[in-house]
Amino acid sequence: MLKCRNVWKKLAPLARASSTVCRQNVRRAGLPNGRIPARVPVAHMSTGPTGGGGENHLYVLLVGAACLGGGIYAYQTIKGDQQRYQDRINEISSRSQKAATEEPTTPIQSEPPAVPEPETQAAPSPEEPSPPVPDVELAAAPSETAEPPPGVDSTPASLKVPSHTPYLLIGGGTASFAAARSIRARDPGAKVLIVTDEPDLPYMRPPLSKELWFSDDPSVTETLRFKQWNGKERSIYFQPASFYINPEELDSAENGGVAVLTGKKVVQMDVRGNKVKLDDETEISYDKCLIATGGVPRNLQVIERAGEEVTQKTTLFRKIDDFKSLDKVTRNIKSITIIGGGFLGSELACALGRRSHESDLEVIQMYPEKGNMGKVLPEYLSNWTTEKVKREGVKVITEALVKSVTCKDDKLEIQLKDGRLVKTDHIVAAVGLEPNVDLAKSAGLEVDSDFGGYRVNAELQARSNIWVAGDAACFYDIRLGRRRVEHHDHAVVSGRLAGENMTGANKPYWHQSMFWSDLGPDVGYEAIGIVDSSLPTVGVFAKATAKDTPKAATEQSGTGIRSESETEDTATSPVASSTPAPAMEQHKDDYGKGVIFYLRDKVVVGIILWNVFNRMPIARKIIKDGEEHADLNEVAKLFNIHED
Amino acid sequence: MSSIREEGKDQIIFVTKEDHATPSSAELVEEDPNDPYEERGLILPSGEINWNCPCLGGMASGPCGTDFKDAFSCFHYSKEEVKGSECLEQFRAMQECMQRYPELYPQEDDKVSETDKTSQDSASAEISGANSTSPTVQDSNTTQPNTEGSVES
Repeated sequence: MLKCRNVWKKLAPLARASSTVCRQNVRRAGLPNGRIPARVPVAHMSTGPTGGGGENHLYVLLVGAACLGGGIYAYQTIKGDQQRYQDRINEISSRSQKAATEEPTTPIQSEPPAVPEPETQAAPSPEEPSPPVPDVELAAAPSETAEPPPGVDSTPASLKVPSHTPYLLIGGGTASFAAARSIRARDPGAKVLIVTDEPDLPYMRPPLSKELWFSDDPSVTETLRFKQWNGKERSIYFQPASFYINPEELDSAENGGVAVLTGKKVVQMDVRGNKVKLDDETEISYDKCLIATGGVPRNLQVIERAGEEVTQKTTLFRKIDDFKSLDKVTRNIKSITIIGGGFLGSELACALGRRSHESDLEVIQMYPEKGNMGKVLPEYLSNWTTEKVKREGVKVITEALVKSVTCKDDKLEIQLKDGRLVKTDHIVAAVGLEPNVDLAKSAGLEVDSDFGGYRVNAELQARSNIWVAGDAACFYDIRLGRRRVEHHDHAVVSGRLAGENMTGANKPYWHQSMFWSDLGPDVGYEAIGIVDSSLPTVGVFAKATAKDTPKAATEQSGTGIRSESETEDTATSPVASSTPAPAMEQHKDDYGKGVIFYLRDKVVVGIILWNVFNRMPIARKIIKDGEEHADLNEVAKLFNIHED
Repeated sequence: MSSIREEGKDQIIFVTKEDHATPSSAELVEEDPNDPYEERGLILPSGEINWNCPCLGGMASGPCGTDFKDAFSCFHYSKEEVKGSECLEQFRAMQECMQRYPELYPQEDDKVSETDKTSQDSASAEISGANSTSPTVQDSNTTQPNTEGSVES
């Protein structure tokens, strides 16, 4: 098949060459007669009726013979291929009848029609009528060593991967699933193929570092079910296996459907040919493609270089498997250290800290910032949060820069740059995410140098027919500028938008995504927009009332307030950085609930709702407006923070 | 009285309930009902059904999506006195399909009534007019630890 194409390709230049040779001969024949080259074309034609007619005949004869010869050769090759294919099939079916109980082994890769496992191929192959040879090649090539389908099914995995799919989604995470749903909602009967290198069906990540750890169910690592805030239980999988159809049934499905191909990685992308190549050499062509490859957790260089003993005791947390192994590890060790003070690190620290109440597990968290969420929350709030984390049972080491990690007597020793030494049994590194842009090179896609990830426009499009969504997308936000967001709701929003645009909507990123975090039972916040602690902020908090705290008595009399404003007078005149003295004062203030505005050039670009819930639409509206507000206290009134 | 404090670039304001009792003087930009970019609720300004509404969960995209769309469209465009009375066939087909996937469309009594409730809610949503804001509120609000509350079908 490909062979005859190659043959034809080789013949074509030959034919061309032979014809040029003939033409040249004619020309040469013509030149000695004194005709100028410029007139050769004319001369060529005029050679017909006048002189040189013999040469013309010769030319025609040669070309004709060449074509005929080529045609005969091609025909014979095709016939031979078909014959060989037929022989092979017969052989396979006869073999399958004998070896029905044979163990599935790695298929023997041979010449063009690859010989796949007899037992699994026996079923689909007799069904196939004599299809064009290329298709069979593609179908036979995937050497699927009976990858057990995730979840429920016990039937052998489908081997026949569709060679073409109208919608191809690379990556099987949140963004991909949201896009699949969006496409199915808008394009009736759409056929969507999700290709993921994970063994699991699409699932949501946030519970892996929160709810799943709070579950009382001992089998939670198997069921992966958690209790939502409204009391109802659900699985982390977006949909059970019965929602999806098998990849092999995708083509023939009358009403279309979503098929998930697990355990397969897309390694190459041919943008002009509209097709991708998997790690097992299969090729799949598409009409529209979404890249939602997410990212890979970053690691500290000192750990990477520290050797296998250390890396074996280090967890990079992102997937279901990481959750399962970390759960197992924490039951058997005495001390665990989390490196990283951001969302993931803090959430895991709190979750494990809670666990440490029951067992005698020592939980340490260390990071270079001054407080938890130091890059997100303004300093006063970050400090307050750190105190809360400590109260969850976590030993927090701030301003910690790791210099080296070694393994001694089966324990890890973390040497910090300021000289401190921390001994622990296991490390969890939560130091960021590296967006996965492996396909950028083969696909010729632009990668953003500031934020990382694929660079896409406001409609999430990278090139014609290619969109990118989720953690891997560096997109243009009309309101807030170019950014890359690594949050769950963004994956949902961008995935949904990409799905809409893949079905012709042409909408830009407009609906601002939000994110949330829970740090133990007392601290929960929702946020939207650009929430960067380096921006100036205005925080409006509900003052503690008579019902709340004992110190309220002093406040009611007004003495507390006066003394506060006095200290404020003296504290602000030296201005600038917050000294330790005011920090002590802060602890008396309970940042129970409130709203924090993040400003850029006097415009609100980010909002945190601190222990204040169900107000996100108002926050979204304020950011969308992009107005300059003179008094943010007035804006804060819109949130009604004193109500529940 | 509210207290204001500065900490470098960050301003902290503590307010009592009384401080916030007066209506806000902050001005918000008026919403454009025909803004094409806005996330829509269940019913689009044109009167059509927004199958991509998060409020529908996976109903329109699952294996029974086509049946659901047929049934619901029939109901939506029904002009009968008892709305949807001529759509029994479509609803029956949808019910049959859903029974084939008990995992996705749980068949317990309260779940079945929940599905009816969803269709009724959606129906009442459209009856109450083109108030596209309420379902949108539902979208981002029911998040909390659970993402779009309507993730399950």
